[in-house]
Amino acid sequence: MTTTATTKKTKKKASSLERAMPWLVPAFPWIVSVATVVIWEIGCAVFSVPEFILPRPSRIAGVLISAADPIWFHSKHTLITTLIGFALSVAFGLLVGIAVGSSRLIYGGFYPLLVGFNSVPKVALVPVLVVWFGIGTIPAILTAFLMSFFPIVVNVATGLATVEPELHDVLRSLGAKKRDLIFKVGLPRSLPFFFASLKVAVTLAFVGSIISESIASSEGIGTLMVRAASDFRISLVFAGLVVTAAMGIVMYTAFAVLERHTTGWATRRVDVR
Amino acid sequence: MTAARKLRIMTGSMSNFVAIRDVQLVYGKGVGVQALDGLDLDVKEGEFAAVVGRSGCGKSSLMKLVTGLLPPTEGTIEVDGKEVDGPLKIVGMAFQNPTLLPWRQILSNVMLPFEIVDEHRYKVRMQRAEYEIKARALLNSVGLGGVEKKYPWQLSGGMQQRASLCRALVHQPALLMLDEPFGALDAFTREELWDVLQNLWMTRRFTTILVTHDLREAVYLADKVHVMSNRPGRIVATHEVPIERPRRSETAFEPRFLNIVQSLREQIRAESSATDRPAAARDAS
Repeated sequence: MTTTATTKKTKKKASSLERAMPWLVPAFPWIVSVATVVIWEIGCAVFSVPEFILPRPSRIAGVLISAADPIWFHSKHTLITTLIGFALSVAFGLLVGIAVGSSRLIYGGFYPLLVGFNSVPKVALVPVLVVWFGIGTIPAILTAFLMSFFPIVVNVATGLATVEPELHDVLRSLGAKKRDLIFKVGLPRSLPFFFASLKVAVTLAFVGSIISESIASSEGIGTLMVRAASDFRISLVFAGLVVTAAMGIVMYTAFAVLERHTTGWATRRVDVR
Repeated sequence: MTAARKLRIMTGSMSNFVAIRDVQLVYGKGVGVQALDGLDLDVKEGEFAAVVGRSGCGKSSLMKLVTGLLPPTEGTIEVDGKEVDGPLKIVGMAFQNPTLLPWRQILSNVMLPFEIVDEHRYKVRMQRAEYEIKARALLNSVGLGGVEKKYPWQLSGGMQQRASLCRALVHQPALLMLDEPFGALDAFTREELWDVLQNLWMTRRFTTILVTHDLREAVYLADKVHVMSNRPGRIVATHEVPIERPRRSETAFEPRFLNIVQSLREQIRAESSATDRPAAARDAS
């Protein structure tokens, strides 16, 4: 939303600038990112910040290359863990979202419980999961799942619950069953909400699996960062953060593209087929 | 429509298709808000009835009662000789808002009733092409030929409302309920759509109840215009409209047309000034 708002504003105000330099709009995200890195690098050099406080980007890049093997091993593990947890939360989130959004009774009964559960800090649950399932991948998958299902439930339920009452009247007076209302109207209508929630949920799933790995695991990017920090190898910690951020961006973008292709009607795009 | 039914309609030997007897409707618990009180209304088979009144007089509640979406607090409602005790299954409805599904193209929006009505829902899967021909023919007859593959939001408000009418009629319902269907359109489009609706009605003769606050619209389209009182709503007067069809835009300027509109207007005004005071007193207590 913020990005669209800004683009609109720039279009109105700086249309002459854009006309003079039409390449600016697609290039701008890159310019901002590169400038951030450059300022970081220069800042570290000018104020001679020690490496164990804040490493320079060039140093982080060096570690990314020199420690490529362990980083690749651990990040691959984290990616798989996260995606399994995320897949669970998509399936569970859809089912619960449909149930909560289509029945007032279920909504009333389960919603307070869901909200309460979502307020519990998941980091506190990791030791419990470890007691139940042992150290390793399973607590990480479950933490990823527990972190990410809530936004999916809320969004699917909202899409279903906010169908125009008149549309319900039209369908019910044709003899529509509850199933018809859900499949013909409710679900298609909640698809844009669903995809929006996927973008949020996938980043939360990364947070969940990394929290769990950093507490109780011998594999994964979370483990790598905790170990590196205890050895004062702060550059390696930052390398882990960069890899995590990169995976987050890739997954977010993948779902944004999927969203654009499946629910173009919601944004009233002209080139919808 | 069966030939026998058509014959009955043509010869005028028709019974009440909709019969509302002494209906009362109270919203909310306890004392609640009384929306309708002692409402009687008869609509004959194949008749075009209009219900007019001020906004908030319970016209939309009437729609929900007749279609069975809302049970009356007191009184009975019969449709086609049977008492209504749940949502009717074959009614066509259209509202001020076109309520088309934005993810479906126009043709597929109009096909929606076929996918839901019991009689068609299984057949439409096997014989989609035949059903599409019906839907396309209807779209053509309201001037929407060529936009079947467009999405609703790519069309103007008037075209969306035409599509909404098609969706309400495509499954040949015995009863059409219209709740201010042209309320959000500009004057020219509205009058165009009056003719579209009149033509459809003249060829198919479905029983219609039109709820509106546009008196000219009511007189232009209906055989009978029923005037509703302020809340709690009931029918206070019924006017026949003895003007031959098809009615044309010139008809709306003839004295006999204007006389009916004028007397409707006076009745509604008298009704509201008579009930304003007690209503205010009730609110204050």
